[in-house]
Parts: sequence; C-alpha cells; structure tokens
Amino acid sequence: MFDYTIRRTLLAIPTLLFISLILFLLLDLAPGDPTANLPLTIPPEVKEKIRLSLGLGEPLAIRYLLWLQQFFINEPLHYLTEITGWDLSGDRQRVLSWQSRSPVADVIAQRIPQTLWVVGMSYVVGVLIALPIGIISAYRQYSWFDQVGTFVSMIGFSVPTFFTGVLLIVVFSVELGWFPSIYDTTHVVEDWSSFVFQVKQMIMPTMVLALYNAAQISRFMRASMLDNLNQDFVRTARAKGLRESTVILVHVLRNSMIPVVTVIALGVPTVFGGAIITEQVFKVNGLGQLLITAIQANDIPMVQSLTFVFAILIVAFNLIADILYGVLDPRIRYD
Amino acid sequence: MTEISLAPGSRSTRPRSQWLDVWDQFRTHRGALAGTGFFVFVLFGVTIGPFVWTIDPQYIDILARDSGMSLAHPLGTDQLGRDTLARLIVGGQTSVAVGLTAMLLSLFLGTLVGVTAGYVRWLDGPLMRLTDLFLALPLLPLLLVIIMLFRETLRASFGPEAGIFVLIVVVISITSWMQTARIVRGDVLSLKEREYVLAAVSIGTPGRRIVVRHILPNVLSPIMVSATLGIANAIITESALSFLGLGFPSDFPTWGRLLYDAIDYLQQYPGRVVWPGLAISLTVLAVNYIGDGLRDALDPRIRGR
Repeated sequence: MFDYTIRRTLLAIPTLLFISLILFLLLDLAPGDPTANLPLTIPPEVKEKIRLSLGLGEPLAIRYLLWLQQFFINEPLHYLTEITGWDLSGDRQRVLSWQSRSPVADVIAQRIPQTLWVVGMSYVVGVLIALPIGIISAYRQYSWFDQVGTFVSMIGFSVPTFFTGVLLIVVFSVELGWFPSIYDTTHVVEDWSSFVFQVKQMIMPTMVLALYNAAQISRFMRASMLDNLNQDFVRTARAKGLRESTVILVHVLRNSMIPVVTVIALGVPTVFGGAIITEQVFKVNGLGQLLITAIQANDIPMVQSLTFVFAILIVAFNLIADILYGVLDPRIRYD
Repeated sequence: MTEISLAPGSRSTRPRSQWLDVWDQFRTHRGALAGTGFFVFVLFGVTIGPFVWTIDPQYIDILARDSGMSLAHPLGTDQLGRDTLARLIVGGQTSVAVGLTAMLLSLFLGTLVGVTAGYVRWLDGPLMRLTDLFLALPLLPLLLVIIMLFRETLRASFGPEAGIFVLIVVVISITSWMQTARIVRGDVLSLKEREYVLAAVSIGTPGRRIVVRHILPNVLSPIMVSATLGIANAIITESALSFLGLGFPSDFPTWGRLLYDAIDYLQQYPGRVVWPGLAISLTVLAVNYIGDGLRDALDPRIRGR
C-alpha cells in the first residue's frame, strides 16, 4: 500500500506538469492581447514597451520555464520566508497580476476564506443531508419516503444551481424579505446580532449548493446500500440475532461507505469549480468571481494560476480518493 | 414455472426482438415515459412552435412592455415589449440544437477513443492516459477561458451567431467525451475476447469490419445512456455559460441568456426569470428520466423481471 501511495504521488507530478503546459499553451496561443484594452491614445511604441515589460518579448519555452520557476520555487520560498522570518526568497520574481500588479498568490489567499466558508459549509451540509436520505431510501426501497427522496434528488440533480439560486432569491429575498440577496464579505462577526446576520446571509448560497451535492451523493448512497443489503453476510448477521440497527448501521453501512467516501472525495474539487456560478448569483467575491473578472480583464497570470490551482485540487483529490479506496477496502490492494 | 410460461399469453405468440423487449421494460418506468413525452413536446414546440405562435420574437412593442400574463402575450413581455413566449420558443431552438449537436459530437469522440483504446492494444495506454488527463482538467474554468479567448476570432470568420454556436458546441463536446470513452473501452475489452469475434477473425474479417459489424452494435446500450446524459449536460453547460455572460449575444436568445437578462429585473418582475428557468430545468429533468429508464431497460439483468 505504501509503495502504491508513493508511486501514485510521483505519477501526479508529470500529470500536473503536462496540465500546466496545456494551460500555458492555450493561453499563449490564443489571439487575445493584454494591451488591447488600453486607451487608443497610447502610441504604438509605448505599447510595445508595455508588452516587453510584461515579459512578452521572450520566446515561448523560456517564458514557460520562468513561469514554472516562479510558481513552484519562488512562491513556496516566499511563503516560507513569511512564516519563518528567514530571508529565503531574496528578490526572486513572484507571479504578478496584470490587473493590480500585486502578487497573484496574495490575491488568491485573500479570496480563499470566502469560498471555503460558503462552499465548504455547503458540501458538509450536503453530505450530512445525503447520507441519512440514502440509507433510509435504500432500507425502505419503494416506500413513499424512497419515492419522494429519489424524486427530490432527481430534481436537485437536474435543476441548475443558477436557477435554484435565483428562485430562492425571488422567494426569500424579494417576496418574503427574510434573507439578503447579496453576500456581504466585509461583514465581521463580533457579537450575537452580527452572527445572526452572518448565518442569514449564508443560508441561501449554502442551501443551493448543498441541495445539488446532496442530490448526487444520496443517489450513490442509495445504490451502494442496495448492493449490500442482499448480501449473504447481512443474512448471517440477522441469523446471529443481532439487532436490526446493528445490522444496518454497522454491517451494511460500513461496507456501503467505501464507494461513497471516494465519491465524496472526488466531488470536492468539482464543487470549487461549480461554485463559480453560485458565487456569481449571490455576489460572493470568492475564487470563482476572481476568475471571471480576471478572464474579462485578460489578466493571464491570474487566470493561469487560478486554473492551475483548480487542477492541483482535482489531481490531489483523485489521489486521495484512490488511496482511501485501498485503505478502506482490503480486497482492493494495488501491490 | 408454469406461471411464468402462462402469464405472458399473447406475448409469446408474436416474435420477440431485443428492441421490443427494451420498449416493454422502458414502458414500465413512469418517469421515463413522462420524460419522453415532455422531451417530444419540447422538440415539437421549438420546431413547429414558430408556425403556430407567429409573433416575431424580435418585434419591439414598446407600449406593451413589462406586461404580465394576458391573452395577447400568454407569458408576458420583457422590458422592450418583446413577447416572452416567442422568445422562449426561439431560445429553445438554440438550446436544444446546442444540446443535440454537442451530444452527437462528444459521443462520436468518446466512442472513437473508447473503441480505438479497447481494440488496438498499443494505443490503449496512451489514449487512456489522455482521458485521465482530460478528466483532471478544471472544466468549467477552462470552458470560460477558451470561450473568452477564441470568441472574437470565430465571430470574425463565421459571423456572430454561427461562430459562437460552433465554439460552444465544440468546446462542450471536447470537455465531455471522457466518461463515454471509459465505458466504451471497458465494454470493448471484454467483447473482443468473445467467441464470435474470434470466429470473425478466423474467417479473415478485416479489423475495421469487426468493429463496425460485431463490436459497435454490442456497445450501443452504454452509448445510448451516455447520449441522454450528454444532452442534459450540454444544455446545462450552455445555459451556465450564457448565464455568466459568455454565451450567445443578447439579441440571439437562448434559455440561459433569457434567464440572465431577466435577473436585472428580479426586484420588479420576479416572475420573468421563472419561465426560461423552468424550461431548462424541466427539459433536463425529462432527459435525465429518459436516461434512467433507458439504463434499466437496456440492462438484461433487470429486463424481464
């Protein structure tokens, strides 16, 4: 198992390098020009100088290697300098945003908490809703609970988040006026009333994403429980005279969780990607909103770094899911 | 035993084909039947609709702007007085067309990669690495980036609407073929070891014909299921792109674009977002139910139970 983990981790490195190359080439070969949005009064020779100062004069391969060095060596070194106080980074060049000329990593670090709060919370809520629904639907297959549960999960699975979000705003902000329709990220929680406000403004974005995640996970949970409920070991457990709750919650559930846990792990990065839309609906200024504004401003270093961060998340959670599968299921060992 | 042989009665007299069995099983899934009904209704609505509801979706009747439901405008009008029903019908044409073409293209890509990887041994490794790589790409961010970067060029070469249509269809399909490829490869790997393929090889059938005559028909059922999921995925992706303002131009309505335009009037006319939203949601729901029903109907272990 240890060998396998090491091998998979090493294999992730070329994958990531290749993805970074694809992203780099895609952004570089695209016909966009970062100076296109500048005022027309700037003379062409000054524009050319601006292009050179952005580092666009170098050949492609050199720029790619420089970017790799900035992303994988300079940024971590700078981060270490900040933590430890030792001067490790010197005057190494960091990845700078073309919009604000500030380091991309700092901007991303500012936006992560907002995204993590809303998205992370919604994922936790979604999983907590999905597991009991999946278990009960499978245990009482074809009962009214199962019928309603599968119908609701089908709806949650089919209705896009931008429609559920807008619908919730119409009902709860416009008609009833219970919750604010815009998420205020500058809000600071310091006493009870500001905490209540924070909860209120988080409810709608969280529930939109939670419904979507719960729909998918509960389908997996139900299918996985159904696979195990008719197994021989369940009959044995019942024949031994175990209580029904022990049979379901220990013998069946533990075996059914194996695929579900990996599905949950695999879903984490897609949630970050899918949150782009929800963040746009509720005006949360998280990572997704950052990406959209960067794309619209042709801010290539920012777009590149952000998409690459998303790619790292996907590869990392794929790895985690694979390893978890081997750890949880002793029948599957990849040695 | 006797019960089983007696029960079908009239059924056993007429000759059974595989597709008749599939249809019989499909019919028992109520959601799938309702979904098929609704999807056919949508297809008819967007194709025949413009001939029945003849108001021009671009006609600006500024005096009738922002009106609610009435006989003249069953679903109301927008801020310029354009008829919502007519715009929904035209928008549906684009949304459904994007869904169907993107699905066909992604199925083609997925099947091609899957069959090649499963049948040609030395291509299996490289192609599957490629599939894994595509699965590791952050798709929605990438879609946004590609559309933003290539929009102007394609617009210049194909015209504003056709350029965006080509771009969106191509981009959706090259980011959604991977699941189909994986499933098809798995099936092809097990099929090509079967005796009938061996028999075909032994009488000298060329590889191309083995694939077309003996292997493709047998991987049809997973392909059909992923086709339905592909339509749903393409419709949702297209409306998400339009919703983020990166899809079709605003004078060229799609369901996602209509929803996006209605958001500005959310406070005054909250009802306006509902119609395009319902159209997207119900169509996707219908297609997903069809997929569910097809999966059950095409699975020989469930069929006939």
